[in-house]
Amino acid sequence: MPARFGVVVFPGSNCDHDAYHAAHHVFDQETRFIWHEEESIGDVDVVIVPGGFSYGDYLRSGAVARFSPVMQDVVRFAEEGGLVFGICNGFQVLCEAGLLPGTLMRNESLRFVCKDTPLRVENADTPFTNGLTEDQVVTIPISHGEGRYYADEDVLARIEAHDQVLFRYSTADGEVTDDANPNGSARGIAGLVNEAGNVCGLMPHPERCVESLLGGDDGRLIFESLLAHVSTVAA
Amino acid sequence: MYKATIAITLRPSILDPEGKTLQHALTNLGYDEVDQVRMGKQAEVWIDAESEAEARRVATETCEELLANPVTENFDVQIESVPREAAKQGTA
Repeated sequence: MPARFGVVVFPGSNCDHDAYHAAHHVFDQETRFIWHEEESIGDVDVVIVPGGFSYGDYLRSGAVARFSPVMQDVVRFAEEGGLVFGICNGFQVLCEAGLLPGTLMRNESLRFVCKDTPLRVENADTPFTNGLTEDQVVTIPISHGEGRYYADEDVLARIEAHDQVLFRYSTADGEVTDDANPNGSARGIAGLVNEAGNVCGLMPHPERCVESLLGGDDGRLIFESLLAHVSTVAA
Repeated sequence: MYKATIAITLRPSILDPEGKTLQHALTNLGYDEVDQVRMGKQAEVWIDAESEAEARRVATETCEELLANPVTENFDVQIESVPREAAKQGTA
């Protein structure tokens, strides 16, 4: 059964079409854009909160987006166990909305960083990563100025205890080092899930690498994981 | 009418690369005595409230719900009474 994707569009989103392209054109799934003023996300299996600069990043990245009408329904959907996938700015929005712990701050270097980054898979037993294997290294591009993951030590301890970290920035050999950390994220965290495992935030952009023609296709593994999960649930 | 001047600052434990960069710049300008710089934000919020206490309650709520991020930021609210006309012109 095909999965139904919804891609949320805020004023200032700019990776919405990339996400749509990946889900619809590359994976041939039913996909619709959901404008931020819509009060219902409709019948979907996966909501993607895409990258960009929602509401111009006013105040803090993602801070204003979370009050948009559509986000109220995304929160409801998440609380009911629906799959919510926040990429880059979408990750920031989900943190501000309280769906994910912690927050994303200005890169330690103060620079906007746009490059391919190797990521080590930490947990391959989630709807977002079931097609990967633990300790596998995948290469997915980042593109952000505010991607330094931060949470209090006790929150970090809880995240680790519940195996919520999905990806850490690493070397190509899978070593998590300070040099491999492009933004100063706590414990090299690049992506994580909530405690229930149905809400994921990821700073790297898997939707930008789903076709080898464009330099890499490791992002496919995440979309394939989602599709495998949705078809299992539906079966 | 009350005007709330809200200072939003990073909690002391939070790394502030922007402040650090500015501190270095000030050192380059010869301000060797500048030991540390921390950057924050200031919001000015005009509140139509019956009393100073009520204005303070509203201002504090705006911080808790939106203006400050409790994960990383502290805030401080100063309240002053301002004439209504001045508030409209944004001059108070």
